[in-house]
Amino acid sequence: MRRVELEWIVGRYNYLIFIALALIGFYAMIAKKNLIKKIIGMNIFQTAIFLFYISMADIEGRKAPILVPGVEEYVNPLPHVLILTAIVVCVSTTAVALSLIVKIYQKFGSIEEDEIMEMMK
Amino acid sequence: MNIIQNLPILVVIVPLIASFCMPIIGLFRRRYCFYLTLITNFLILIFAMLLLNYVINQGEIHYYLGNWEPPYGIEYVIDHLSAFMIILISFIAFIMTIYSKEDVENELPTNAPLFYTLFMLLTASLLGIVSTGDLFNLYVFLEIASLSAYTLVAVGKKKDALIGSFNYLIMGTLGACFILIGIGFLYLVTGSLNMADIALRLPSLYSSHVVHAAAIFFVVGLSIKIALFPLHVWLPDAHAHAPSTISVFLSGLVLKVGAYAMIRVLFDIFTVEFFVNTLPIAEVLSWMAAIAIIAGSINAIAQKDIKRMLAYSSVSQMGYIALGIGLANTPGIMGSLLHILNHAFMKGCLFSAAGAIIHKYKIRNVHQFKGLGKKMPYTMAAFSIAAISMVGAPPFGAFFSKLFLALGAIESGKWIFALIILISSLLNAAYFFSILERAYFTKLHDEEIEEAPISMVLPTFILAMGCIAFGVFMFILEPFLRDIATSLL
Repeated sequence: MRRVELEWIVGRYNYLIFIALALIGFYAMIAKKNLIKKIIGMNIFQTAIFLFYISMADIEGRKAPILVPGVEEYVNPLPHVLILTAIVVCVSTTAVALSLIVKIYQKFGSIEEDEIMEMMK
Repeated sequence: MNIIQNLPILVVIVPLIASFCMPIIGLFRRRYCFYLTLITNFLILIFAMLLLNYVINQGEIHYYLGNWEPPYGIEYVIDHLSAFMIILISFIAFIMTIYSKEDVENELPTNAPLFYTLFMLLTASLLGIVSTGDLFNLYVFLEIASLSAYTLVAVGKKKDALIGSFNYLIMGTLGACFILIGIGFLYLVTGSLNMADIALRLPSLYSSHVVHAAAIFFVVGLSIKIALFPLHVWLPDAHAHAPSTISVFLSGLVLKVGAYAMIRVLFDIFTVEFFVNTLPIAEVLSWMAAIAIIAGSINAIAQKDIKRMLAYSSVSQMGYIALGIGLANTPGIMGSLLHILNHAFMKGCLFSAAGAIIHKYKIRNVHQFKGLGKKMPYTMAAFSIAAISMVGAPPFGAFFSKLFLALGAIESGKWIFALIILISSLLNAAYFFSILERAYFTKLHDEEIEEAPISMVLPTFILAMGCIAFGVFMFILEPFLRDIATSLL
C-alpha cells in the first residue's frame, strides 16, 4: 500500500511542486503587507504555472523537437512556445507593478500596505 | 480574397498599428494624436458595420492567421455574438474619443500622446478578445487589455489612483493566472487550443477531474475579471479614480468583454449540459450573482462620491449579466446580452455626465449636486435618462433586459431571482432618485446656465439617446438576440 502511494507521488512530483509553488506565491500575494513582497509572490505564482506547462510537455525517452537523423520521437514543442508568450506577459506585468510601486513610494513615502491605508484615511 | 474576409484581423491590426504610431507622432505634434485616434476609431466603426452586415446576411467569417489551418494555427471567428460585441466596442470607443479631448486636456495635459497610445492599445485588445477563436490568444489579449487598463487607471490625478491601480493589478493578475491554469488543464486533456476543436473533443471527457478543475479555474478567474460580488474589491477604487473617459471604458467595455469571455467559455467550450448538470456551476453562479445584485446596490446607496457610487452600481449590474449566464436558458441569455448592451450605454452615459460635472464644477460629492438641473440642463437631462433607464422604467432599454432576465428566472422555476431583480430596481431608484431630487428640486439663488464643453455634452447625449432607442426599437433587436441565444444553447 505504502509503496503504491510513493509511486503515485514520484510519478507526479512535477505537478506537486507546481501546486506547492503556486500556493506559496498565492499566499504571498494575498497576505504580505509589503508591496514588493506581493510582486515577488506574483512572480512565484506565475513561474509555477510556467513550470506546469513545461513539465507537462515532456515525455520520458523522447527528444527535443529538432530535426536530427536517427531520432524518430519528439516531444510537443507547443507548450514551450506558449510559455514564451506567457513570460513576456509576466515580465510586462512585473514592470508595470514595479513602476507603480516607485510612484507609490514617491507619493506616500512608504511601501507598507497598512501604513499607506493609514495615510489614505 | 475580398476585403470582407480580411476584416476580422484588420479590426485588431489597425488600432494596434495606430497605437504604435502614437508616441512617434506625439513627438512632433501633440494635437495630432487626438485626430489619429479619431480617424482610427471611425475606420474601425466602419469595419464593424461591414462585419455585422456580412455576418447577418451571409453567416460566420473564419480567418486563418498566416493561412495555417486550425487546429494548428490561430483562427479568428466572427459569428453573431462577436459581431455584436465588435459593434458595441467600436461605437463606444468612437464616442469616447470625442469625449476624451477636453477630459485629457484637463486631467493629464502633458501626457496626451501616451494616454492615446494606451487608449488605442486597450481598444485593439478588446476587439482582439471578441474576434479570436483561440483560447491562448484570448488569454494574451485579456492580459494586454488588463495591462493597459492598470496603467490608464494610474494616470488619474489623485494619488489614491495609484493604490486603486495596484490593487487592480494584483487581483487582475490572479484572475489571469487562474485562467492560464485552466487553459493548461484543457490543453493537457484535449491537446488543442482552438475553441471549436476543444468543444468537439471535450464531451467524452466530462467525467474527468482535470476538466472539472479547468472549468472551476476559468469561472473563478473570469469572475475576478467581471468583479462578481465577493471578488469585486478592486473595482470601486479603480473605476472611481481613473480619468472619466477611462471610467466609461472600464465599466462599459472591459467588464463586458470579461462577461463575453465567460459566455464563450461556458457555452461554447463547455456546454450547457456540463455546467448545469455535471458540475453545479450555473447554480453557484446565479446565487453569487443574486448576492452581487443586492450587495452592490446597498453599497452604492452608502456612497457619497458620485463615481464611487456608479462603480458600486456596476458591481450590481454585472450581477444581472452573471445571473443571465447562470440561468442558462434562452430568455436568460437574451437578458444577459441585452444588459451588456444597455449597461454599456447607461453606465457610459452616467460616467461621462459625472465626468462633465467634475470637469466644470470640480464637485464629486452627491450632496453638492443641488440645483445642477438648472445649471447644467443638458448634462443632467442625459444623466436623468440614463438613471431612469437604470431603474428599469419602460420604455427604456434596461426595462427589457430586466424583463428577459425575470422571464428566464420564471422559466427555470426560480422565482426568487425575479423577486431579487425587482428589489434591486427599487434600491437603484433609491440612490438615483435622491441625486435627481437634489439636482432638480432644490432652489438656489445663482442659477446661471454654465454647461460643460460641447465635445463632452454631445457624446453624453448620444449615449443617453441609445438608452431610449434600445427600448423603443426592441422589436428590431429581439430576433437578432434570439438568434445568438439559440446558437449558444
